[in-house]
Amino acid sequence: MKTDARNFAATKEVLVPLLRQMLLVRRVEERLSADFHAGKLPGGVHLYIGQEAVAVGVCAHLRDSDTITSTHRGHGHFIAKGGSPRAMMAEIWGKRSGICRGMGGSMHVADVSKGILGANGIVAAGLAITCGAAYAVTLDRSDRVAVAFFGDGAANQGTLMETLNVATLWNLPMIFVCENNRFSEFSPTSTVTAGDIVDRARAFKIPCASVDGNDVLAVHGAAGAAIERARKGGGPSFIEAHTYRLHGHLEAEKSFLKSAYRESAEVEEWRGRDPIALFKTYLRGEGILDEREVDALEREIAAIVEDAAQFAEAGEPADPNLVFEVMFHEQRA
Amino acid sequence: MAELTYRDAVVRGIAQEMARDPDVVFLGEDVAKAGGVFKATVGLLEQFGPLRVRDTPISEQAILGAAMGAAMTGLKPIAEIMFSDFFAVCFDYIANEIPKGRYMSNGQTKCPLVVRTGNGGGARFGAQHSQSVENWCMMIPGLKVVAPSTPRDVIGLLAASVRDPDPVIFLEHKSLYAVKGEVPDGEILDTLGTASIVRPGKDATILALALMVPRAFAAAEKLKSEFGIDCEVIDVRSLVPLDTQAILNSVARTHRLFTVEENPRLCGWGAEIVSIVADEAFYELDGPPVRITTPHIPLPAADILEDLALPSVDRIVDRVRRSMEN
Repeated sequence: MKTDARNFAATKEVLVPLLRQMLLVRRVEERLSADFHAGKLPGGVHLYIGQEAVAVGVCAHLRDSDTITSTHRGHGHFIAKGGSPRAMMAEIWGKRSGICRGMGGSMHVADVSKGILGANGIVAAGLAITCGAAYAVTLDRSDRVAVAFFGDGAANQGTLMETLNVATLWNLPMIFVCENNRFSEFSPTSTVTAGDIVDRARAFKIPCASVDGNDVLAVHGAAGAAIERARKGGGPSFIEAHTYRLHGHLEAEKSFLKSAYRESAEVEEWRGRDPIALFKTYLRGEGILDEREVDALEREIAAIVEDAAQFAEAGEPADPNLVFEVMFHEQRA
Repeated sequence: MAELTYRDAVVRGIAQEMARDPDVVFLGEDVAKAGGVFKATVGLLEQFGPLRVRDTPISEQAILGAAMGAAMTGLKPIAEIMFSDFFAVCFDYIANEIPKGRYMSNGQTKCPLVVRTGNGGGARFGAQHSQSVENWCMMIPGLKVVAPSTPRDVIGLLAASVRDPDPVIFLEHKSLYAVKGEVPDGEILDTLGTASIVRPGKDATILALALMVPRAFAAAEKLKSEFGIDCEVIDVRSLVPLDTQAILNSVARTHRLFTVEENPRLCGWGAEIVSIVADEAFYELDGPPVRITTPHIPLPAADILEDLALPSVDRIVDRVRRSMEN
């Protein structure tokens, strides 16, 4: 780990929850992967495995009243922001007990009570929505912030420039978090993206940071500074977090892709930089957690995930009445 | 009671709602300092201040996305897209984001916003500033679609749209901004999904929207005085929700149906209404329903060409007369 925890006076009370949340995101998604390949899940799932340090490092600073928007790869943000694994997994299973009662599915998990305005199936769409949530803060004069998670692929949509411009002009409490996971779907980012993404934001003269997205403390540090600045009226910030998508664009891809779009050696190399393994090593090295404590944490998380998966699988099917009931306000009895 | 232009009615409608509810905010291109390209938002900046009345960049996606995010987190934004043609620039927010949030989240997120826009032809602006796009909006589940034809309706329906808990596309007609009409004093609040009979008649029903309402009315007067054909003219006012009952009741009285649509012919709103009438009142009809529309073309710019394309009073008269003679 390049970042020293002492940079932000980290204590065990700050550090252990970071590992705990990363483990929770990872184990939930590993279970979703297994359930998908067992043919149990409807639709497709886009997994966040390998990128956990980004969502967790940012969301550690957020309160329920702060809002986030997310992407088609949104399970990690949902959990990191405090969403319920049970309610999310049931949603992905298409069950009545899902957080959106099965109306949204994997790409649209939302929990407004936790400030999760929603994952979004349209690349970059959450950016402008976050801009509006941040604008609303300027009217209630609170110290809330709004965070947009988006990928390197979204950086190639015009919405990013529109939103950077408005957020900067209006000095909005908005944090842009670009997760550069090195792939736009199946295209290596270098083949579809010119220059460095963070330089696009630098043109707006706002605070920008380029961080190792597999180093949760690096993300945590940059996000902490950006969020604190926004809370104090200092306007928007941009963080580009360099990470790696260990799984495919979506779990189903092997069934339709004719050939591999990346070398397995590359994937293995990045497995060696797994953000969770790196952080565990760091915590042990600093004497913050010992092996026994890590194992206990793993067991606790495994129990939560098993419970959530069983809850999802055992849930009632979605309610057919909802199909016609929820489009407009007055339709809801 | 005062005489007001359609343009001034827009200002009064927005001001009425912003004064009533501090959560109502207004944003768009050149809407604040410049008072709007159609001068339909003059004075709002001075009255409500720069935080609630905001000029935006020429960034339609940011305008609608920001309006949506603000609506999801407690505000009731009115967003202006200067020309409805520009909906195509931000269609993701119109088709994928704004109308689907409530549904996808099972009602957790709400989107009480109004998108105001200048719609329709007659201003000789050419093919990218003159379209009638009410049919683009009507086809999207989750949007309400309103298009007033009088100053009074502008205020009443705008108020109803702002107070509606769901997203409303509010189509103001560019060629009506200078039109004057009587408007009562005090607060005006109308009801979405209610059509209005602007001229009762017994021989045929003519449905129209926005600029086509005064044209249908003038045509009906001419049909009566010159040919003795007594037409009922209905201002549909709101495509979603649609006042199906008012339309079916009128057809049950007159037994003939005409629609006058400014949007290009294919998939115009009248096709949907004709389909509803065919489903529910087929045996009330004494003749085939007739759609009078703009042809399926982009709008030309030159005055005589644009006039040729849009349904005119004479074309309505001619089409109704020929059809009624058969």
